[in-house]
Parts: sequence; C-alpha cells; structure tokens
Amino acid sequence: MMLVWLILIPFIGGLLCWQAERIGDTPPRWIALGTMGLELLLTLWLWWSGDFQLPEIAGAQASQWALEFRAPWIPRFGIEIHLALDGLSLILIALTGFLGVLAVVCSWKEIIGRVGFFHLNLLWILGGVVGVFLAIDLFLFFFFWELMLVPMYFLIALWGHSGTQGKTRIGAATKFFIYTQASGLLMLVAILGLAFAHHAATGVYSFSYDELRNAPVSDELAMWLMLGFFIAFAVKLPVVPLHGWLPDAHAQAPTAGSVDLAGILLKTAAYGMLRFTLPLFPEASQAFAPVAMALGVVGIFYGALLACGQQDIKRLIAYTSISHMGFVLIGIYAGTQLALQGVVVLMVAHAFSAAGLFIMSGQIYERIHTRDMTQMGGLWGRLGSLPGFSLCFVAASLGMPGTANFIGEFMVLFGTFPVAPWVVAIASVGLVLAAIYSLFLMQRVHYGPAKSDEPLEGLDHREYVMLLGILALVLFFGLYPQPLLETSGAAMHEIQRLFTDPALTTTILPTGAS
Amino acid sequence: MDLSISLLLPLTFLLPLAGTLILSLSNGRLGERASATVGVTSMGLSALVTVLIAWQYIAEPQVYGVTLWRWISVGDFQPSIGLALDGLSLTMLGIITGVGFLIHLFAAWYMQGEKGITRFYAYMNLFVFSMVLLVLGDNLLLLFFGWEGVGLCSYLLIGYYYEHSENGWAAFKAFVVTRIGDVFLAIGMFLLFFELGTLDIAEILNRAPQMWAEGDPTVELAALLMLGGAVGKSAQLPLHTWLADAMAGPTPVSALIHAATMVTAGVYLIARMNGLFLLAPDVLQLTGIIGALTLLMAGFAALAQTDIKRVLAYSTMSQIGYMFLALGAGAFDAAIFHLMTHAFFKALLFLSAGAVIVSCHHEQDMRRLGGLWRQLPLAYAGFIVGGSALAALPLVSAGFYSKDEILWQELATGHGGLLLAGMIGAFLTSLYTVRLIILTFHGKPKSDNARNAEAGRGLVHGVPLIVLALLSTFLGAWINPPLENVLPAPAEGEEFWHLILELAAAGVVIAGIAVGAWLYLRRRGWLAKHTSSGWGAWLWTFWNHAWGVDDLYDRVLVKPYRGLVRFLRSDIIDRTCSLFAKLAWLLHQGLSRTQTGKLRFYATSMVAGATLILLALALVP
Repeated sequence: MMLVWLILIPFIGGLLCWQAERIGDTPPRWIALGTMGLELLLTLWLWWSGDFQLPEIAGAQASQWALEFRAPWIPRFGIEIHLALDGLSLILIALTGFLGVLAVVCSWKEIIGRVGFFHLNLLWILGGVVGVFLAIDLFLFFFFWELMLVPMYFLIALWGHSGTQGKTRIGAATKFFIYTQASGLLMLVAILGLAFAHHAATGVYSFSYDELRNAPVSDELAMWLMLGFFIAFAVKLPVVPLHGWLPDAHAQAPTAGSVDLAGILLKTAAYGMLRFTLPLFPEASQAFAPVAMALGVVGIFYGALLACGQQDIKRLIAYTSISHMGFVLIGIYAGTQLALQGVVVLMVAHAFSAAGLFIMSGQIYERIHTRDMTQMGGLWGRLGSLPGFSLCFVAASLGMPGTANFIGEFMVLFGTFPVAPWVVAIASVGLVLAAIYSLFLMQRVHYGPAKSDEPLEGLDHREYVMLLGILALVLFFGLYPQPLLETSGAAMHEIQRLFTDPALTTTILPTGAS
Repeated sequence: MDLSISLLLPLTFLLPLAGTLILSLSNGRLGERASATVGVTSMGLSALVTVLIAWQYIAEPQVYGVTLWRWISVGDFQPSIGLALDGLSLTMLGIITGVGFLIHLFAAWYMQGEKGITRFYAYMNLFVFSMVLLVLGDNLLLLFFGWEGVGLCSYLLIGYYYEHSENGWAAFKAFVVTRIGDVFLAIGMFLLFFELGTLDIAEILNRAPQMWAEGDPTVELAALLMLGGAVGKSAQLPLHTWLADAMAGPTPVSALIHAATMVTAGVYLIARMNGLFLLAPDVLQLTGIIGALTLLMAGFAALAQTDIKRVLAYSTMSQIGYMFLALGAGAFDAAIFHLMTHAFFKALLFLSAGAVIVSCHHEQDMRRLGGLWRQLPLAYAGFIVGGSALAALPLVSAGFYSKDEILWQELATGHGGLLLAGMIGAFLTSLYTVRLIILTFHGKPKSDNARNAEAGRGLVHGVPLIVLALLSTFLGAWINPPLENVLPAPAEGEEFWHLILELAAAGVVIAGIAVGAWLYLRRRGWLAKHTSSGWGAWLWTFWNHAWGVDDLYDRVLVKPYRGLVRFLRSDIIDRTCSLFAKLAWLLHQGLSRTQTGKLRFYATSMVAGATLILLALALVP
C-alpha cells in the first residue's frame, strides 16, 4: 500500500494546490513543498528501513522486489495495478522527491501567474514519474508514461519563455508533445505485440513484467518489438537523431520545468531501457548493442559540438544533457555490472549538476532578464556567490573528480572497456569536448569585462541553501558513492545477468548470431 | 611510530582543504589580511606536519600506507581513498609543502591591494590539496583525482584576473590542452585495469612483470598512454603550447604551479610507474627523445622572448625536458633530483621576477626594464643565484649537481644523442639566462616604470627569497632525496669519464655565459641590427612564436573545430527532422487552398471527381 501512496501523494497534493489558489499565492507553494517533502521523507524512510541486498538466486524472479503491490484493474486482458520497488526504482524515486522539492523552491519567485495550477501540473508530472518508476505491469507503465506528458505540455506552454528566432513556447510544447506521443505509440504497439505473442503461446492475456519476460517470441519479432521499446525510450533519453524536441523544450520551459526535464524525465528513458528493453529482449538487445553504443558516441560528440555553438545559456545546458546521456546509453548497452552501476551514479549525478546549472541560469535570468550569453560576461564580480556555485556545477558537468559525475562517467568507461575498448577510447575524447563547452560557459558568462558596474542582487537565503544543498550532494556522492552502489547493486546485477547471460532465461529462442 | 604517521599523513592535505573551505564559505566577509592569514597558516601547518613526517620517516624508512575509506566498491573495482608514503612521495611532499609555503608567504606581499584575495588563497590552498593527493594517492584513480584537481586550480589561477578576456582564454587553453593529455592517462588506466584487474600502483608494478615480457605491445601501449598524460601536464612536445600563455596568472601562481610543482607531475608519474616503463623500452626511448626535442625547442624560444615571465616559462619547459631526458635513460632518481633543485631555483627566479614586476609597477617587458640592480638588490641577488643554478654554474649552484647527474647518466647508459642534446641545451640555457639578467638589471632604465622602481620591504617579501636562494646554491644539492628503495639504482660508469664530462659541461656553461655577456653587454647594437632585418628577423619571429607550433595548431585544429561548430550550430539533424513538419504544413496549405468557399468551384470539382471515378470504373475491367 505504501507504493500506492507514493504515487497518490503528489496527485492529491496537486489538487490541493490548485484549490488553495483561491486563498492566495503563497499557500499552493507551501502545500507543494510539503507534499514533495513528505514524498522525499517517505522514500528516505523506505531506503533506511528496507533491505536492498537482494537474494541472489539464479532464476528466482519472485524475490526480485523489496516491496510489491498487486490489484486487478482490467482482469479481462490480464491488466493489473502491479507496482514493485527495488533498489533502482528507490534511488530514482528519491531523486524525484529531491528534485521535486528543488523545483518548487526554485519557482518560488519566478512563477507569479496561476500559481495553483502551476503546482498542480508540477506535482502531477512528478506523480506520473513516480508511477513510471514503480509500475511493472506494462499497460500501467504505458499509462503513467503518457500521464506525465500532459502536465509537462502545459508547464511549457503556459509558463514557458519564447525562444530565439521567433520560436514560441507553444511551438516548443507542441514539438515536445508530438515527439513523445508518437514514440509512445510505438511503445504501445510493441507492448501489445508482446502481449499478443504471449497470448498466442499460452492462451492467457497478461501484461505482467514477469510473465512477458518468458513469452516465447521469434528472433525477428523480438528484434522489432525491441526496436519499438528502444525508439520510445530513445526519444526521451534522447538519442541523436531523435533529440529535436529537447533543446527547445529545455530552453523554453520555466526553470522548474527544465530541472524536472533534465533531472528526472530523461532518466525515465534510461530506467525504461534498464527495466524493460534489456530484460525483455536480452538477445535482440545484445545484437543491437553495437548500434546503440555507436549512437551513444554520436550523441556525446553531437551534443558537445552543438553546446559550443549556442548563444542561449539554457540551450547550451540542454545540449550538454544530450552529450551526457550518450555516456548513459553506452553504459546501458555495455551491460557489465560496473558499467550499469556507473549508469545509476551518472543518472543521479547528472540530475544534480543539470539541475544546478538550470537553477543558476534561472537565477541569472531573474536578474538580468536575458538568456543570451553575448549579453553577459564579467558577471563574476557582480553576482555575489552565484558564480562560485556556477563554477562548481560546471566542474561537475565536465566530470571533475570529487564530483559524482566523475564517478559515474568513469565507472561507465571502466565497465565498458572490456566489452568495447574502441568505443571507450572514442568516447573519452568527449571528455575534452566537455571541458571545452563547460569552460565556454564560464568564459562567456562570468569572465571578461563587465558590461556594467551596477551590482546585481546577490543570492538570498532560499537560493543559497538550495545551491549549497545540491552541491553538497554532488560532492558527497563523488567521495562516497557507496550508498548508491549498494542500493542499486542487486537490481543491476539482475539486469546484467539477464542481459549478458540470456541462456539462464527462456525468454527467447537462441539466435545464431551470438 | 606507524600510528602517528598514519594520523599525520591525511593532515598534509586536509589542512589546505580546511583553508579552502573556510575561505570559500566566508562569503566575502574576510578582509585581505584575514584571508592571507588563513591561506598562509593552513599552508604553514601543512609544511610543519610534513617536517614531522619526514623526521619519523628518516628514523624508520619504509612504505607507510593509510586507507581512509573505500571509495568505490563494485566487484573487482575497489579503488580506495588510500595514501602511500615512500621516499618518492616524501620528496614530492616536501617540495610541495615547503616551497608551497614560501610561495604562499611571498604572495601575501605580492597580492597586497588586489581584489579578491580570498578567492586567490582559496584556489591556492585547493591546489596544494590536490597536488598532495596526487603524490600521496596509492592508486591511479586517486592520483587522477589530484591530477585533474591541479588542472582545475591551474585553470582558475591563470584566469585569476578575469576582467581581461585574454586571461580567461589563456586559462581555457591550458585546461583544454592538458585535458587532451589527461584523456590518454584515463585510457591508460582503463587498459591497465582491464589487463591487471587492479588500480593500486604497488600492485600494478608487482603484477606487470608477471603479466608481460619486456617490449610486449600491450605494456608499450599502456606506457605510451601514461606518457601522453605526462606530456600534457608537463608541457612537453607536442602538448607544450599552453605553458607560455599560462603566465597570465599572478606570478606566485607561476612559481608554484607552473614551475615548482604541477608541471613536474608528469615526471613524477613516470618515475612512479617506473616498473611499467622499464617494460616498455621503446616508450622510454620516446620519452628521452621528447625531452631532448623540447629542451632544444624551448631553449631557442627562450632566447627570443621579451616578456620576463615568458623567458622563465620556456626555461621551465626546457628544464622539464632535461628531466624527461633523464627518464628516457632510465635514470629516474636523477630526474627527481633535478625536479627538486629546479623547484628551488625556478621558484626563486619567479618570485624574484614577481618582485621586479611589482616594484616596477607591473612592467614585465624586458625592453622597458634595465638598470635595476642598484634599486632592487634583493631581486637582483635572487636572479644571480637562481640564474646561476638554472645555467648550472659549476660547483656553487644546486643546478650544476643535478644537471651533471643527468648528463652523466646519459653517458653511462650510452645515450649519445640525448647527451649531445643536453650539452647544446646547457649552452642555450646559460645564454638566455645571461640575456635575461643583463636586459633586466643592467644598462640604463628604459622606461619611467623602471626608473621609479620601489624595492619591496618586509619579512614576507624577504624571507622566501632568501630561503629559496640558499636552497638554490650547493646547499640545496646536499639534500639527498631518499629514493634508494623506490627507484632503480643509477647506472655505474668509470669515474674518469665522469670527471671528463663534468669538465666539458662546465666548459660549455662558462662558454655560454661568456658569449652571452659579450653579446649582450658589448655587441647590443650589432645584435639589434641583425635581429630586425633579413633572415635574422625571420628567425627572431620564428623563435619568438616558439617555432610556430601554436599557429599550426590554430590552423589544423582550432579553426576546423570552430568551423564544425558553426556548421552544426543550428542543429542540422533537428532541421532535417523538422522537414516532416514542413511537409505536413505544405500539404495543409495545398489542401486549404481548395477550401475557397466558392460554390461554383465546389460544384466543378465535384463533377470532375465524379467523372474521374466513373472513368476509372469504366476502364478497369
């Protein structure tokens, strides 16, 4: 029942915020903060009290979850409300809670119109995301997958900024919606295909993760179904060339939207790959791995090169996300324990550093009312301690040791090297490009001659504490990533076992290729 | 005994870290004095701790290991936050904290009245923290932690005067160029971990000989990748271009980071991994060749600089070239010995240069200085002592003993070519050193800034210069780094030839000084005439631009990169995908044209459509 509450709390909180708008602008903010705080506390309590060192019995899938909830939904098609929690989902839900708190706090002064409705959308996105991380009935998963889309659309369309070259926020929102909706449909087709294949073989309809993992599917069909899942997740991750929605959406969303997009929504895609694509279609994924890794490398370079060419600071950060997600993709498809655990750390680390950078650019925007970096320069002496924080997040984003990003990236690279040394060698060049775009940002925003001597407002307590909190976590996990590694260890081991040793499962008929 | 070393060892870097934290969290509340006090005190305490450690180590020399905590633990991948102290790391630790403390102290004088002292000392302390981690880390990943950390601090301090964009770009260049080297080092780590299953340095050196025979391609590749990292950090060919521009930072920074400590990290790395490099003779050979080429290239470039700090920068490259030369001959201890004496005399030279620069109201162009020896006696003395050590003046200077050791090892191991390069380099070194001193301190003052020079006063200014000056004489050469158990023993040879070599080297140095004095004191006009016209001018420009490598990189790498970025800027892939949207829009446009609202058009098109369908039905059987 706990798991249901994890999903319901943000939805209920959202409704309360919406209604509280009648009283004034402040109550919705506090309610939203309380809701996300409660969510975070509950997750941390689960983390504290739970045991995620799961039994390692080969083939014993029943004990894979730390917590499970099961109730029938549409029995005729075997659709259930089936939620389950393991180390991976727990970490990501905790992350959602934390970034949720940040999103509420960072929009405290930024959002002034329709405050209640804004928080309704914000909390519903987060509720949808939590649902995605918990659902293991594929139909339910798809339900939440689509559910988190709609409020995001409103968030961008109603509270966004217009972009450069006459791009409207509505345009950005629509682009985001169409990309994800179209790819979601592909996933639906793949889910249905898998369920039908299962029905054809066993005569029972089921959307259950455990059932479908054992569905007998021919090699060719498995490849097609796998591609359906992969493309859906690839759009969200995003994988070049399916990334078109991301720069617009990131750049034009309000700060809270960008924080959530970069921090959690992108992670749902990585989660989907880890949870569904690899375990459901291990052999097809194995065969596809070289392509996926190549796409990851392309993403690293393409994102990094484009980041260098941007003038809009938020677009720059958006492209860096594409570059970082390339490492995630490589790590996922390398499939070794080290790489997969690195992916978890990298996801968390990127969530922090991207959130930090977006919040920072939001704060700069609140002060000088532009996102154009050619209008900035010399801000170091004018902004109090904000530039110092920028420096730290920039260092995190270029993978400086001591930050969690370093741990993530290097674990991915160490873990991938035995599988694909050349991919690692090429991807490592991305570290140089990361230095280039990160320092470009510092140079153009904070260094150089000041455009004016007028001092700008420094950070207030709310902003200072927020940035310091993120930074502390980035450094903590950079020096002591063990809590993340231990929690996700068992879950990642399971995925690694399913992925690299498909002989243990009876999911698919053996292929001749591998 | 062991217990107290394991307690003291972490303090060596935690104290500077505490300094950084205090300064950066003070949020601008600390004044200039308070900031300097925090920065210098934390450094002084760290140096004090090092003295205690050294004292205990000498009483009982052995390898001391401290594991603070397990950093990452996944399967075989078990790097820890662990420290190891042996003779080599103790030597480095002594240089870093000792010379570091003197430079921090001097900086309190140099930086007075500047904006942002808090920031300056926060960066400096952070640098020392990272550098100590680099030399104490017992595994490659922790070494890499320090390695990247010093790179970041170097970036921050080069760009310290951020109001001028070109300083920022110089810092940018330094970081990016060294990061290219770092990537090689990282790939080397991946390879070593994959092959040997460990990142622990002692364990790697232990397992490597069991795994590979001498000259095995894998170990050659691993060593080559390590060398790539070392070349980037130590500003050797072909990744040397950043160091001259790095002089944009405050002069104490150049002394600490770009002369005494960080740039020698590459030498440390190779010496630390000596077992690996000995298995890779080809790479070791390459190391020596890189050193030889760099020392010659930088030596010529130093002859044609006009900025006092750039002369010193090129001389640093050249001296590190000597260290690489030694490494190439397998004389690791000679390299570390030269590293130590170089840290003393180059820090002295930079600090003296700093004294000149501040005294002359931030004038650092030698063409506008001159005649300063009367006004700035202490700085002059610093230059004389440091310069003689740099030029390796026989018997009295520290540099003589360390450079002699390198040349002797080249001879003893039969590296004739490298020895020759070292000899030519020695001539060049004394030539440009004499030029530097004469142009700065002799002749007539050539600008108002030089005429109105005000000598620095006070202990903070004087003590570091005097201590470093003492260390740059033969006194410094008496310090015997405890390297016996860490590094392979030096090669032996006949003492007779050693004596001959010493005499020859001394002859070369004295010849260089004499030629320099003659040229720059007596034949100034002749020299000026020949460097301003014809091929002399061409040569001058060529050397002034350090053989045009920067321009080459600009053309081959930077411009194409920028072109690529500009080409991609508008996200071509996204544009291509947007064609679908365009297509839909065009179709919409086309079809909405048909919605004219004119009844006659609708009727006509209805009839036309019906006819077409009927025709089609009639034609299809």
